[in-house]
Amino acid sequence: MDVPHLDVLAREVLVIVGPNGAGKSVLLETLALLQEPSRGRVLFEGQPVAGRQLTLRRRMAVVFQDPLLLRRSVADNVALGLRLRGAPRPVRRERAAYWMRRFGIEHLAKRSAITLSGGEAQRASLARAFALDPEVLLLDEPFTALDEPTRVELLDDLSAALRETAVTTVFVTHDRGEALRLGDRLAVLMGGRVRQVGTPEEVFATPVDEEVATFVGVETIVAGRVRSLKDGLALVDVAGQVVEVATDGDPGSDVLVCLRPEDVVLSPAQDHPSPTSARNRLPAVVRRILPAGPHVRVQLDAGFGMMAIITKQSLEELSLAPGSQVVASFKATAVHLIPHRARG
Amino acid sequence: MDLIWDGIREAFRIIASGDYSVWEITLRSLMVSGTATAISLFIGILIGSALAFNQFPGRNIAFSLVNAGMGLPPVVVGLIVAIMLWRSGPLGDLRLIYTPAAMVIAQTVIAAPIVTGFTAAALRNLHPQLRTQIYGLGASRLQMLWLVLWESKLPLLAAVMAGFGGAISEIGASQMVGGNLAGETRVMTTAVVLEVSRGEFAAAIALSFILLALIFIVALILTTVQQQERRS
Repeated sequence: MDVPHLDVLAREVLVIVGPNGAGKSVLLETLALLQEPSRGRVLFEGQPVAGRQLTLRRRMAVVFQDPLLLRRSVADNVALGLRLRGAPRPVRRERAAYWMRRFGIEHLAKRSAITLSGGEAQRASLARAFALDPEVLLLDEPFTALDEPTRVELLDDLSAALRETAVTTVFVTHDRGEALRLGDRLAVLMGGRVRQVGTPEEVFATPVDEEVATFVGVETIVAGRVRSLKDGLALVDVAGQVVEVATDGDPGSDVLVCLRPEDVVLSPAQDHPSPTSARNRLPAVVRRILPAGPHVRVQLDAGFGMMAIITKQSLEELSLAPGSQVVASFKATAVHLIPHRARG
Repeated sequence: MDLIWDGIREAFRIIASGDYSVWEITLRSLMVSGTATAISLFIGILIGSALAFNQFPGRNIAFSLVNAGMGLPPVVVGLIVAIMLWRSGPLGDLRLIYTPAAMVIAQTVIAAPIVTGFTAAALRNLHPQLRTQIYGLGASRLQMLWLVLWESKLPLLAAVMAGFGGAISEIGASQMVGGNLAGETRVMTTAVVLEVSRGEFAAAIALSFILLALIFIVALILTTVQQQERRS
């Protein structure tokens, strides 16, 4: 792990996002004061944590991927952290009841926690954390083990609870959708290093390197060279094509041209081009068509590999098949350039 | 056959008559083995949780030692404890040889590895992240230990049963360090051996019967608790 510096701001939801094995859980457990960093230090409100870990842990709450409930009633589980803090019984009861209601499990209060379904158990785990009224809430992939409908429901409930309490939150996930949905800021962690920190819009639109770009869903990444720059519009040579990019890169510099599949519009090749604001119109050949839920992903050859995502209806209307000729259009603002040192 | 039937009939008569020496021996057995089990539980939880929760070099060897200790021959334990407590031995000044305390020590040496092994196994069976989660809810070390032990109470009850069973049914060590002194260190197992050697089968059968009943009652109580826990 190598994290030179990472701030969690008061009242924000910081999402630490990255692929599995990137070190996200280690980072979270370090922030939760459940692991000692081998080097470096953790500050709480600007002060070193050494010697007062227990006191500080009692101002935080942690939720893991596994609900990790104890063999006792759901109500007792939800009230557990309060009991560890020595809260009086009426307070425990009232807070546990409130948060069980908020997460829709009040009818399970007397049930033994080991009989709960995965979704119910994770609701209990979240209620247990919120019942503590923590100053910092740390969540480590809380939805990863859940089935899709449950995940969607719980994401809604968590989102509402986070808004209501405005608790300072660190949320760890490998899921881009969750990151976009919950995060005020994202920190992209890859290979034990924080690669990029920014708002979800910044990170998704302007990833700093190729790996981050791939991770945030940029599927077309090709090497190019800036030919010229005029009025904030760069002409970039890419595999024999010229792509217009709204940017301020240096002429002559090597770049990676990044394009998200949802920003690519396909139209029939024979068409007389109707006027459009899309600066780029590249002839392309359909190579493969891959189903992707309600959409289809179309792999194109425009002199370089390009990926587009379109609806099934569009696929039928355009009657696309491998080998079809199309025009791939995208706006100059949809393209993001990453400075690129030619390898070798 | 007559020998057995007469023995059993006589045994019931002894039990029903409230024969003082039989009940006295039973009570002493319970005291000695119960105390040894309680001490073993303390030691076993301490060492067992240290083994289960900490990574250290030689951990596997430590586990192997505990597992080997679960099968310690009581005679060997008796011999070693006897040598230690012998009047001229290293702990001879304590004057413990041929006292119930010596028997408690010997039975603890027998039962502690059993309880330790069961405890370590039970704690290792918990979810590996459970301790982290409990700390993450604001637990101190002691609170964490209490919660995980409570969480493992079913297998820990099995540990108590196994430890108590090992302690109350051994004979070699009790004989050697206790000396089977009437009214002082005579317990059920040593008494059975003595009665058989005298040809007093009825008394031997009566004592054996009580011993079995005791083990059964303890097992019944603990199993009932286990079952209730599992249902709840």
